[in-house]
Amino acid sequence: MDLSILTAAAINGLLLGGIYTLVACGLTLIYGVLHIINFAHGSLLMVAMFGVYYLLTVFKIDPYVSLFIMVPAMFVLGYVLYKGLIGRFSSGKDENILLITLGLSILLENIALMFFKGDSRTITVAYSDTMIELGPTLVPLPKLISFAVAMLLCLALGWLIQRTDTGRAIRAVAKERMGARLVGLDVDKVYAISFGLGLATLGAAACLLMPIFYVSPTIGHVFVLVAFTVVVLGGMGSFLGAVLGGLIVGLTESFGGLFLGESLGQIGISLIFILILLLRPSGLFGAKA
Amino acid sequence: MSDHLHAARPVPWALHLSLLALAVAFPFVFPSNFMVNFGVMALFYAFIGQAWNISGGFAGQMSFGHVAFFGVGAYVSTVMQMRFGFSPWWGLPGAALAGALVAGFVAVVSFRAGLKGSYFALITLAFGEVLRIISNSVDITGGGLGMLIPMKSGVANFQFEERSGFYFLILLFAAASVALAEWLRRSRFGARLAAIRENEDAAKALGIDVLSEKIKVLVLSGAMCGMGGCFFAQYFLYIDPTIVFGVDKSVEMLLVSMIGGAGTVYGPLIGALLLASISDITRVMTQIQGLSLVIYGGLLVIIIAYLPNGLIDLFRRRGGQPGGKR
Repeated sequence: MDLSILTAAAINGLLLGGIYTLVACGLTLIYGVLHIINFAHGSLLMVAMFGVYYLLTVFKIDPYVSLFIMVPAMFVLGYVLYKGLIGRFSSGKDENILLITLGLSILLENIALMFFKGDSRTITVAYSDTMIELGPTLVPLPKLISFAVAMLLCLALGWLIQRTDTGRAIRAVAKERMGARLVGLDVDKVYAISFGLGLATLGAAACLLMPIFYVSPTIGHVFVLVAFTVVVLGGMGSFLGAVLGGLIVGLTESFGGLFLGESLGQIGISLIFILILLLRPSGLFGAKA
Repeated sequence: MSDHLHAARPVPWALHLSLLALAVAFPFVFPSNFMVNFGVMALFYAFIGQAWNISGGFAGQMSFGHVAFFGVGAYVSTVMQMRFGFSPWWGLPGAALAGALVAGFVAVVSFRAGLKGSYFALITLAFGEVLRIISNSVDITGGGLGMLIPMKSGVANFQFEERSGFYFLILLFAAASVALAEWLRRSRFGARLAAIRENEDAAKALGIDVLSEKIKVLVLSGAMCGMGGCFFAQYFLYIDPTIVFGVDKSVEMLLVSMIGGAGTVYGPLIGALLLASISDITRVMTQIQGLSLVIYGGLLVIIIAYLPNGLIDLFRRRGGQPGGKR
């Protein structure tokens, strides 16, 4: 096979992986640090993407400018959802959280179906068709921007968790809930903030995705298993792991499609997910369980 | 019947038999196609919901991927019929075997690796995806186009002249699944499963072979799902990867069981009647796509919040039956 085809596939895989990384960063915070399985992650991304879509079509706000609206908006949504629904009714049980977020995703998806029907929508912006030459291949400019911003945001989130007081509180609660409560942390509030931060990254991901992807009510399905794979592969709660996991998954998808064809090529992600869970559930960078 | 939760646990024969009599009478009282179809769908969901309930409820091994066993049953029975000329009736044991084998494989690898709780739920989801992608990509299954089963009337072809033929067949399945659940409620095997559900470490300390019990129950559940898949294919005469391996089916099985009451004998039946009713009512009254699932998703959240044991609790309270300890 021609080397330039392989290089092109690798570049495409990495660019795709950048977006997966960003979607998964939010999940790794929620799932990895707080041990909450947010099954509605994909549908909440869908909600954010429709938000970006309408900000552009109704208010003529560029998707990249929408970052400044969607990120805080999704944070607030996450905070409220946790306080009002997930944290309130789960009685602290892992399985209940999974079921509540499952119910939430069914609700969101089908409400979206009622309003938007099944069709997928795309947006066009002035720079949609701008191509940049990258080695042997031409890459759309928005894909490059998305990749770069996604990486920056992951770093920012990692910094926030490692270096700020809020981040310290989140890590403290994740490690030792009782101890954190004893030293005076409002555990419930920290959970809500983390959930909000996880959703804020979805808001960012939506802004970066809209110029290069489409939105439909069931778009969440595309991302849910991928995001869980990235998180598990990278190791729970590891941001470096999420970045690496995202890139590996992107490459797997790109090369899978190249060698196995479009249909069978998708199998790689599910297989990685299964194998990692079976053989190394702590992931590449996770602490030994 | 008043003490069916107490230690001696006599079989509530009056309840079982009167419900069975009602179910048998149903197609005679409401012979219209619409109503019989409603009955078939309700019993179908009750059956696959019960299959989920046996492993997800009684043994507490919540799965998001039961569709793997269901879809494999649908495909194996249809491929046997269409590609190898078997009678569709042979498809039924074939589907059960296929469902059991896949479930056995999933159970052995996942439970041996120590996966439980949410991790087990997620890995079953991935297994379902793998099977969906394979069925979408190989020739023998017809790929993404799926398979159309030609209509050949006659009981020998699994095609009943009257819809009620399907009704009584699925009633037989559903009744057998209720009998199985009733047996689980009273048997040593069921008691071991309950011990595993409540506290796996404690169950191990009691000398229960946790791994083998969990594998057994998933195999049993998988066999039932496989049969459900075969029935589905013969009733709708069409299958494709998205329909029989889609996450939606897994979720429906889980919903039916959780909303009705997981780990109870009649929970899945209650959930299934509700699901079938909501789906038919919203389809007749409105043209809005997805409304029935909006109601169902909302119900799931409300149930988890306020009735963690499912709708069956409403009946218990109304019947004046104290729950458990009192």
